[in-house]
Amino acid sequence: MIKLNNIQKAYHIGKSEFKVLKGINAHIKEGEFVSIMGSSGSGKSTLLNVLGILDNYDSGEYYLNGTLVKNLSQTQAAHLRNKFLGFVFQSFNLLSFKNAMENVALPLYYQKVSRKERNKLALEYLDKVGLKDWAHHLPSELSGGQKQRVAIARALIGKPKVIFADEPTGALDSTTSLEVMDLFKGINAQGITLVVVTHENDISKMTDRIIRLKDGLIVTEEQETTIINQVILNK
Amino acid sequence: MIVDRDNWQEIFATIKKNKLRTTLTMLGVAWGIFMLVIMLGAGNGLRNGIMGAFGGIATNSFFLWTQPTTKPYKGLKSGRTFIYDNADVEALKKLPSMDIVCPQNQLGGFRQSNNVVRGLKTGTFNVMGQYPEFILVMKKDIVKGRFLNQKDIDDKRKICVIGPRVQEVLFKKDENPMGQYIRINGVYFMVVGLTRVSRGGQEGQEDAQAVYIPFTTFQKAFNFTNKVGWFVVKAKDNVTAEQAEQEAIAVLKERHKIAPDDKVAIGHWNMGVEFGKLNGLFSGIELLIWVVGIGTLLAGVIGISNIMLIVVKERTKEIGVKRALGATPANVVSQILLEALFITAIAGYAGLAAGIYCLEGLNILIGHEDGAMFTNPTVDISIAAKALSVIIVGGLIAGFIPARRAVAIHPVEALRTE
Repeated sequence: MIKLNNIQKAYHIGKSEFKVLKGINAHIKEGEFVSIMGSSGSGKSTLLNVLGILDNYDSGEYYLNGTLVKNLSQTQAAHLRNKFLGFVFQSFNLLSFKNAMENVALPLYYQKVSRKERNKLALEYLDKVGLKDWAHHLPSELSGGQKQRVAIARALIGKPKVIFADEPTGALDSTTSLEVMDLFKGINAQGITLVVVTHENDISKMTDRIIRLKDGLIVTEEQETTIINQVILNK
Repeated sequence: MIVDRDNWQEIFATIKKNKLRTTLTMLGVAWGIFMLVIMLGAGNGLRNGIMGAFGGIATNSFFLWTQPTTKPYKGLKSGRTFIYDNADVEALKKLPSMDIVCPQNQLGGFRQSNNVVRGLKTGTFNVMGQYPEFILVMKKDIVKGRFLNQKDIDDKRKICVIGPRVQEVLFKKDENPMGQYIRINGVYFMVVGLTRVSRGGQEGQEDAQAVYIPFTTFQKAFNFTNKVGWFVVKAKDNVTAEQAEQEAIAVLKERHKIAPDDKVAIGHWNMGVEFGKLNGLFSGIELLIWVVGIGTLLAGVIGISNIMLIVVKERTKEIGVKRALGATPANVVSQILLEALFITAIAGYAGLAAGIYCLEGLNILIGHEDGAMFTNPTVDISIAAKALSVIIVGGLIAGFIPARRAVAIHPVEALRTE
């Protein structure tokens, strides 16, 4: 589903260049449930931006569902995101003036689905995350866990191939975190590829595979342990 | 896009959240349009008042009269007076640039003794020898009866058409003047028509006390033989009044042995030239009004542009989220533009309505007094339409910079946690 060949990306701050991704090679198969881990500054946010077609990369190749994603116009990128990808954010990012149902329906609005049709679908998806009774509540009237479930329904409604979740449990307590992860597992069981960025080991352990990032490169678990040991030994 | 309920939901949500801020900004635009409309209306009022004095005069017409010569010519000394006659009329009519040539004669008028009598009532009025074509050069509204006709001229009939002041002085309020006789310098004339005053100022007063009788009757009854007092001439539509005037003056100079370079002997007043001058003046005033008005409006529009920039700034994250969910740059631009346009349009419409309301009030207040300097200070529908298009353009300008700013927001913003 996702194939990365030597992806590189650098940020230019003034005249100096700061390499964030230094050649990422990865393959995520269809239906996989993968977590990306790494400390802050490891490049995991940048990698997620590239994977989610939210940002460009400098060199390498990124194949999504077999098509090369490179040098797209803003509009093309918007259409691809809308059609293939779903997003779940740490801070939920629901629109405050829309109720739960309208928030869920938003991706369909950009697909020009009629209002009646998309609200009907939105109710179905809210039902799937157990929030049908809350359809007409504004986000400010929902708890954190409920908001995230609305956000998940919103990510699902466009029938995406891949869902990206950026620290989806970062703002939730452990009980609701578990509920959200259970929901993700259920979604994954339906065959949707899931990529979760997290720094919590408990969360990443619940996924099929962990991709660890360090200083812009993917490292194996053993390598990381060695590096950590070396750091300790050097002290 | 315009009928999209989701767009409107968002616009109303933003406005509701920032009621005070939005209202204050809208006040700027409303004030701008209000000032523009008020000034345009006032300009119109002034134009109507001044131009009212010329009401109904063909704009390509001119008047010719005689004055003492100022240059000796062909053995004749300067300071000589001369009089036009019927042969001049024929000579002028032969010129191809003349459309209508109306010779005029007048009796009485300003500071003269009473010349019109009916029973025990007397009055001093301007008795004019006139041709029927006269109303094609200077419009006269006939309230009752008719104006002079060619038969009156041919038969030298003793009939007359009177102005409202004449009726007021010579007739009782409930009396019908039609078919009644009045005595002018001892000769009886039957009243066949009544005019109305259709222009302001001194000219309107003169119209009110005019008595029109057939030109031929005038010459015969009052011993004018073939004398002509002055000419009112209308040029053909394909020549300018100035050019026709020059040709007419040349012919009259030739006929009366006046030096070709004598600029005084033939007195003249050209409506076309005067009209052009006034028109230029009022166009200048109008231009000034638009410059000042649009300047004021621009200040309001910049205000809206400013709050829209703040709106975009406040909603950076939200716009990023929408972009991540699949909103195209076009979606984002149209949303911001629509919002700016909506705020501007509502404010502008309020200003427009307030302005028109005030002008109507002013109009009722000053009324329709004859000869007022300031008449009917209203804006017509075309000005309202112009103001409205200015509002729409203003709204688009107001939305342009914020919309560009909004499009520049990267979808990555959605992932940034504050």
